[in-house]
Amino acid sequence: MQTLKLRRAMMFMPGNNPAMLQNAGIYGADSVIFDLEDAVSIHEKDSARQLVLQALTHFTYSCEIAIRINHIQTPYGFRDLETVLPGKPDLIRLPKAESAEEIQTVAEVIARIERECGFPDGTIKMGAAIETAKGLRQAYAIASASPRMEFLAIGGEDFIADLKTTRSKDGRELFVARSQLVLAAREAGIQAIDTVFADANDDETFLNEVRFIKQLGFDGKSVINPRQVRQVQEVFAPTEKEISHARRVLAAYQDALDRKSGVIALDGKMIDTPIVTRAERVLAYAAAVRN
Amino acid sequence: MINKVGRLIPDTLPGYAEVRPYSGPFAFQPSGRMAGARLRAQNPAANKVLASLEQAIDATGLKDGMTISFHHHFRNGDFVLNRVVETIARKGIKGLTLAPSSLNDINDAILPHIESGVVTAIETSGARGKLGKTISAGKLARPAIIRSHGGRARAIECGELKIDVAFIGAPCCDKAGNINGVDGPSACGSMGYAMVDAAYADKVVAITDHLVPHPAFPISIPQTQVDFVVELDSIGDPAGIASGALRISRNPRELLIAEYAAAVIEHSGYFNEGYSLQLGSGGASLAAAQFIREKMKARNIQGSFGVGGVTAPFVDMLNEGLFSVLFDTQDFDLPSIESLKNNPRHLEMSASYYANPHSGGPIVNNLDVVILSATEVDVDFNVNVITDSNGIIMGASGGHSDTAAGAKLAIVVAPLLRGRLPMVLDRVNTIVTPGETVDVIITERGLAVNPKRTDLLDRLKDTRLPVLDIRELQDIAYKMSGKPESVETSDEVVAVIEYRDGSIIDVVRKPL
Repeated sequence: MQTLKLRRAMMFMPGNNPAMLQNAGIYGADSVIFDLEDAVSIHEKDSARQLVLQALTHFTYSCEIAIRINHIQTPYGFRDLETVLPGKPDLIRLPKAESAEEIQTVAEVIARIERECGFPDGTIKMGAAIETAKGLRQAYAIASASPRMEFLAIGGEDFIADLKTTRSKDGRELFVARSQLVLAAREAGIQAIDTVFADANDDETFLNEVRFIKQLGFDGKSVINPRQVRQVQEVFAPTEKEISHARRVLAAYQDALDRKSGVIALDGKMIDTPIVTRAERVLAYAAAVRN
Repeated sequence: MINKVGRLIPDTLPGYAEVRPYSGPFAFQPSGRMAGARLRAQNPAANKVLASLEQAIDATGLKDGMTISFHHHFRNGDFVLNRVVETIARKGIKGLTLAPSSLNDINDAILPHIESGVVTAIETSGARGKLGKTISAGKLARPAIIRSHGGRARAIECGELKIDVAFIGAPCCDKAGNINGVDGPSACGSMGYAMVDAAYADKVVAITDHLVPHPAFPISIPQTQVDFVVELDSIGDPAGIASGALRISRNPRELLIAEYAAAVIEHSGYFNEGYSLQLGSGGASLAAAQFIREKMKARNIQGSFGVGGVTAPFVDMLNEGLFSVLFDTQDFDLPSIESLKNNPRHLEMSASYYANPHSGGPIVNNLDVVILSATEVDVDFNVNVITDSNGIIMGASGGHSDTAAGAKLAIVVAPLLRGRLPMVLDRVNTIVTPGETVDVIITERGLAVNPKRTDLLDRLKDTRLPVLDIRELQDIAYKMSGKPESVETSDEVVAVIEYRDGSIIDVVRKPL
């Protein structure tokens, strides 16, 4: 069984803060995103990308390291790529994606620098955040624009601004966008990552949101506070009950196969292929969590 | 001579008739009798209340070369020490030994009086700021003596630290000299450190800004020990004495360390009904309170007693019934002061009851678990809390070595790196607490168990805790920071670090 790549909690760290870069790996996040975009003022763009390069070069991180570059239509995006890619990050995350061409352009730069640096082709993956209505309409094209693409994320604040509305506590204004994003990601066979939740002191609303987006089908959530990492991971962790049920489903399935029986039932309920697939996913997920 | 922790100690030191090298936490067996104050007699008609500090200083008979003491319960809100030293200086008295229970940044104000020779020696728990730098620069006539809280109580009670005049900031006092710390504008809570001074000093002056009708209630320091009372407009700045409720850190790195600490306690074998606990007031140590509290509730465990340095999170645990009793030698925030005043299960104790090793048994001997902070640790588990990475005095010994020696499980929490400096070294710059009394060192990147605690290693190895060898922890730090160069020093000894039993565990040499 192939081990799932977990991206339950993708934690942003400002790229201009040496102490945070140094300690980024200790909080157990599945991915850490060194941010060169919104967290860094235009006066610090150059120093931040140098700091991030030094962090990539000198520190050993046990988790996935992604870099959120500035958009390639800004004066900073390509410079970000040229500077940080030789540090061999695991992943480049493009903000405000609106077209497949942008993804392909970034992918070409990555491919060139991989060659120049002697990295195997395809070493550095990509993800993209959808933050506008225009981007959402292109979500599938963006998701499938390059084999490097690993996930689509939704950038909630910008998206809500683009919709000309405001953020509500239950996030109903994002419901359609979130659902469409999951559909696009699933169609393209990649992961879907939810937006950040800004109020690190409102645990209750945060946890409700995490439970909700998990139910929608998201694979994980972007977070901004190390405290939120554990909270997200606990919501996403399969429960003992789920694991034991999955085992029983697979045992019943195997038993039916052995007996060459066409009808499979467990506790009086019929087991069909989607239920078996889900059980397999639960166990694969539990195995990935254990690792 | 080389002592048991491998430190080169001079054969002779100014201020010591005999230099006794550290030879183990309980190696020294004291003999002799306790010291005591001079006999007093008080006429019923006599009036202890004097009009000014000047009059009080005259009345004590303070002379050149004597030793004066203060408590540090007012921390950075203390007006007493500076004002008394200033007044003494105006009288032309010189060559004094200053022996406060500790020194804070606010006491930098006495620097001119060190320069001018009013104060020529210091015996205390620690120093910070410019005072720490001044001591480190060798500006005193003899090396400063750094003692733990228990060690200071021991030195006073056995006569090694003979206090001629104790000036006691008294938040609430009556005209006969009964003192408490829980009332008045400068309320500080427990008077634990001052209790020892009051009991053993030849002369005791209570200095108050809250003179109440006799008798003051409660009585922490009794009138029988007080010679004179002086009323001033203000003896302290409440904002500097105690904060509002100390809050649990939100620093994620401290929280992570705290979580590891709580988990170590949970799996240590000591986390049982009736266990006892001391927490420091530092970020990670205090933050551990919230995780320990959750675990105590989840496991339905009630502790017997807590010890502090009391802070609001500890008071909350007392109020929730998670501990039966709190023993309190000092209070860090307003809820703790209120609790000491109102909760009969919140008990004030002296520094001697807290930690004096040469007594019938201080409360630290009954501790199961203590969580302590550290400036630096080394691969032998020795801890430095007194000098910085440049060898400058900037901290205090406090109850560190006392509680580490007393508790069954001494946990030291520290970041693995401070900025670009690794905190797990080959040798700490200065040893305050010997590694043989430290059981676990916890950092944000893993924890190390003292190899002699094979029982603890066994208990922790099957948990998900990141248990590493201490050298593996050091390697992680060195890989990021490189190996730091050692601090270069001259041969001049500027401070002596006494272990709690009065032996010399280390000296601070003047950095070049």
